[in-house]
Amino acid sequence: MSTTFSSRVQNLRKSYPEAMSAVLPALRLAQEEHGGWLPPEALREVADVLDLTPAYCLSIASFYDQFRLEPMGRTVVEVCTNVSCALSGAQQVVEAFERELGVEAGSTSEDGAFTLGTVECLGGCGWATVVAIDNRHRLRVQAADVPEIVEELRDA
Amino acid sequence: MPERPELVFAGTNGGALTRFEDYEAVGGFTPLRKARSMAPDDVIAALEASGLRGRGGAFFPTGRKWAFVPKPDQLAKPHYLVVNADESEPGTFKDREIMLRVPFRFLEGCLIAAHAISSQRVFVYIRGEYEREFEVLRDSLEAMRTADLLGGVTVVIHRGAGAYICGEETALLESLEGKRGQPRTKPPFPAIAGLYAAPTAVNNVESITTVTAVLELGATEYAKLGVENSTGTRVFSLSGDVVNPGNYELPHGITLRELIYDVGGGLPDGRELKAVIPGGSSTAVLTAAEIDTPLDFTSLVQAGSSIGSAGVIVIDDRCCMVQLGIRVSQFYEHESCGKCTPCRVGTCWLTQILQKIEGGRASQPDFDLLLSVCDRILGKCLCPLGDSDAIAVLSYVDRFRAEYQAHIDLGRCPFDGESSLEGILAPSALPHGKALEESHV
Repeated sequence: MSTTFSSRVQNLRKSYPEAMSAVLPALRLAQEEHGGWLPPEALREVADVLDLTPAYCLSIASFYDQFRLEPMGRTVVEVCTNVSCALSGAQQVVEAFERELGVEAGSTSEDGAFTLGTVECLGGCGWATVVAIDNRHRLRVQAADVPEIVEELRDA
Repeated sequence: MPERPELVFAGTNGGALTRFEDYEAVGGFTPLRKARSMAPDDVIAALEASGLRGRGGAFFPTGRKWAFVPKPDQLAKPHYLVVNADESEPGTFKDREIMLRVPFRFLEGCLIAAHAISSQRVFVYIRGEYEREFEVLRDSLEAMRTADLLGGVTVVIHRGAGAYICGEETALLESLEGKRGQPRTKPPFPAIAGLYAAPTAVNNVESITTVTAVLELGATEYAKLGVENSTGTRVFSLSGDVVNPGNYELPHGITLRELIYDVGGGLPDGRELKAVIPGGSSTAVLTAAEIDTPLDFTSLVQAGSSIGSAGVIVIDDRCCMVQLGIRVSQFYEHESCGKCTPCRVGTCWLTQILQKIEGGRASQPDFDLLLSVCDRILGKCLCPLGDSDAIAVLSYVDRFRAEYQAHIDLGRCPFDGESSLEGILAPSALPHGKALEESHV
């Protein structure tokens, strides 16, 4: 574990009267440092700094959707398929991403470049369809926009 | 076109007030100075007089909520203000726009509320998916700190990590304490034993931002807007099959018809209105025949629904209501925290029975079973998540019974693959949820 990680978590915990409150921000930080997911050693690192057990950290990480317990692609594309997005063509957007990325929703491409997923409401119902790319939201995405988005992502 | 008084978005001219100077130029921080010159009890009294009620969904009077928090001399513990910015109710996207466009008015409201309940510590719990909103709040808070406006109050912006249930106040407090977001038994209520078992007020983003507006306008003037029992303006989130979706700040009491047709431009391509969900996916659906219902607390209760979070979803006649039921139920099934059995198991059952109906494999007893499962969820859990699923599904069955019956009688979906929700019913492909979905569907 890097001393920087430890000191950054120590710094996070200063915001809270009780250390355990820092577990969410600490897991978020650990996930960033471990390439977008939480391998067992990441859970151990968080546990060590916050005086918790790795099992406790796993119980937290497995509860919240944004924590990943398996390796993710370098770019994560998530399409909202809740009611308002669904009424506005989200399924066609999902299918377009599956076609362009050559990967089924819920899985990662063989070269590890992309993970495609469908997610519950991202809070952008009036700007449907909402697509989160590495947690940055693209609004009003239509199936026809997808080839261009994918091209942009491949070039980046 | 209905009148459009702006309080929450005042001074924005359709844009954003994200620069400190710009917000100050439209009178920003005057309400805070005014509040701080008043005794905390007088601020609470003003809020009670304004009639402001919570915008998160429960519509509880804001001033009364604060009055429940013991005074510092009554309970010698730290007092906390926790702001619920975990907006995740399907159909609702207003808090996000408020944080992006008027971050200072929101943070100013936090400080006014902290003063009212004698709190030195504020936590803003913002949903983890709101990346830009988090950055805007962080920068705005820094600007206020530099301008020395915090007055000794510590404000921490705490990010969630993806869990709808954390919008429920006690689950939110658990999460903020570093636990799984699972609701607590009430009582004790947060006002007495909330965060770290200390007195805590939990308020929604729009409520808190409106507090600033109430102080600015004065309680009496504020209460003149809207209707009885539902004073002031509301930020309505309009989405679905409508020409101009978006957030619209309007006085309580305008009708669904005015919102959908006059403000929202009606339905695209001359399609026919079939149904409206008035307050987020947790609320009972209304039919096209009911759109003269005013959007206020009392009127929606009388119509058998609820104003909820004011997330209005417009549905046209291409939509199969059984498919809608499946999609809504899948959401609650996915988001159930698992603590109470009726919700954990019942939401899953509802999805499965609805899928059986949609697939044309259901017979009459399945229909009875659907209603029975709803009955076994309602009122039997610690929080309203399971109830939300049951209320929504029951309302679809109640309002569109013939359509449900047709699925059973015909042995197939009468939409024949042409429903606007067709194909969306694939199980949610989430890395976490996959194993669960595969074992259950």
